[in-house]
Amino acid sequence: MTSGPGLAGAERPAPPASPSSDGGRRRWRVRRSPRTTPRSTLTRGAGLGLGLAMTWFSLLVLLPLAAIVATAGENGVSRYLDVLRNDQTWAAVTLTVGQAALVTIVNVVVGTVIAWVLVRDAFPGKALLNVVIDIPFALPTIVAGLVLLSLYGPKSPLGVDWAFTRYAVFLALAFVTLPFVVRTVQPVLEELDADVEEAAASLGAGRATILRRIVLPALTPAITAGAALSFARAISEYGSLVLLSGNKPFATEVVSVRVLTFIENGNQASAAALASVMLAVALAVIVLLDVVQRRVARRG
Amino acid sequence: MSIEVRGLNKSFGDFVALSDVNVSLPTGQLTALLGPSGGGKSTLLRIIAGLDTADSGSVTIEGVEATHLPPQKRNVGFVFQHYAVFKHMTVAKNVAFGLEIRKRPKAEIAEKVDELLRLVHLSQFAHRLPAQLSGGQRQRMALARALAVEPSVLLLDEPFGALDAKVRKELRDWLRRLHDEVHVTTVFVTHDQEEALEVADEIVVINEGRVEQVGAPDTLYDEPANDFVMGFLGEITRLGDVLLRPHDIAVSTAAVPDALAGRVTRVLRVGFEVRVSVETPQGETLVVMTRTHARSLGLDVDAAVWLRPEPGATTVPAAGSSLVR
Repeated sequence: MTSGPGLAGAERPAPPASPSSDGGRRRWRVRRSPRTTPRSTLTRGAGLGLGLAMTWFSLLVLLPLAAIVATAGENGVSRYLDVLRNDQTWAAVTLTVGQAALVTIVNVVVGTVIAWVLVRDAFPGKALLNVVIDIPFALPTIVAGLVLLSLYGPKSPLGVDWAFTRYAVFLALAFVTLPFVVRTVQPVLEELDADVEEAAASLGAGRATILRRIVLPALTPAITAGAALSFARAISEYGSLVLLSGNKPFATEVVSVRVLTFIENGNQASAAALASVMLAVALAVIVLLDVVQRRVARRG
Repeated sequence: MSIEVRGLNKSFGDFVALSDVNVSLPTGQLTALLGPSGGGKSTLLRIIAGLDTADSGSVTIEGVEATHLPPQKRNVGFVFQHYAVFKHMTVAKNVAFGLEIRKRPKAEIAEKVDELLRLVHLSQFAHRLPAQLSGGQRQRMALARALAVEPSVLLLDEPFGALDAKVRKELRDWLRRLHDEVHVTTVFVTHDQEEALEVADEIVVINEGRVEQVGAPDTLYDEPANDFVMGFLGEITRLGDVLLRPHDIAVSTAAVPDALAGRVTRVLRVGFEVRVSVETPQGETLVVMTRTHARSLGLDVDAAVWLRPEPGATTVPAAGSSLVR
């Protein structure tokens, strides 16, 4: 009852100053509060596992990423900036990031609502809907493009011709990213105890308050995870867009198409430069979503 | 009367959870709804709280007709078996929730939360998350949260059901003392007769959706209305054509008038008591006595004994009863 982690730490003698000759590092160590958990809990088996995981991760992810960044920087910073200053490239970047962000926002709302309906409501055809949700996942993306083209293209039975416009980009991205938020939120919502909401109700909270203060904070980690997946998929989408968007420069050309064009023209360095920009964007968005999640989860 | 329940019926599909239940619970008392699992006691509690709706019948809380009021408007505090904590909020925030909903001034909320946390002995945990508390502490927090809004009645649904035996006993005593301090009308559901007998001012025995008997613990124990109540509140055995408690049987090793002759088939010592099985012409009878008493009688397997009810023993006729072991 009395030994919180802080107390236990305070009773311990201060760590001896490191004998290291590196003055800056030493000062940093002394100023830190004493460590209450060991730096490492690795056993020999776990160490081996970690080593294996890191090797695999490096071969697949870290080294290729480093190679891209290296290639991008090959011709110096000015060349790098030239690629980005190109109007057509910049248009592709803003289109991709903009539409991906828009689609992600729509997914957060619609996906949460669909998950809610699938978990909380009973209606005929629910099991079917539950399966159909995954179709955009399962379809080869080129087929997705074809499907959308037949409904929203020049021969649309609805009378709307959105092919080769920005609407087409939005549609295709929305189609392929639909399941992400639904599938991340659904299991969390299923695990949510009904009695927690009942407790809030008996304390006087109305539906809206329960949703805002009890349910949403519990769902936030799942929603942000779904949003991150959805955004990542959207900025990397290629297959469904090739058919539907027409890849018109300055209008409907997305980054992945632009990168392919660079490569086809033998311009490896430009392709790598653009790729590294998207890498930075993806990182920034993941960090942003993490910050948002912490904020909302704490609000309560 | 604080809570008046009249003619309540509730079915889930084919299953009848409550049938024509009438109960009056007086103000300021600690009442136990006691009965076997699936007997309808939790359903009754949830209907009083407005978390379930009855098929027919009425509920009145503190003179206010509440049958169709939503839970938010009933001013009841509800404590759940599995705590129902708000996981993402600190202990203090959990307790403050109901007051924040009511838009009380911040200073007042802080003061009230402080007072309640002291009452449930959780002051030093105010800034922890519920995940960092033990089960007993979480349930005390849930109780403080329910008390914060100053409810007219406090309802507890198997509040100690998820806790281990020792903590359960502690919390039970503590609830009794808390009630003596706070005096809010309290109703708690339990299937543990010991818990009900020890804590409650009044017990409502519910079985198969019906109220079997209402009364003080002693009344129920000494004057059970039927064999079910008698059997549920303590162990019973059959002696001839009556049911009675195994410790209410006098044993002698020599023939006495009006006694039933039998033969000892088993002697089992459990701690301070000795449980003796006796085979009589009308079936097996269980007798419970202290170890000293058993030793003075020198009981052993195959010994001949004569059994009769102790004078003043509570008995009910055995005819038609399904409860005899």
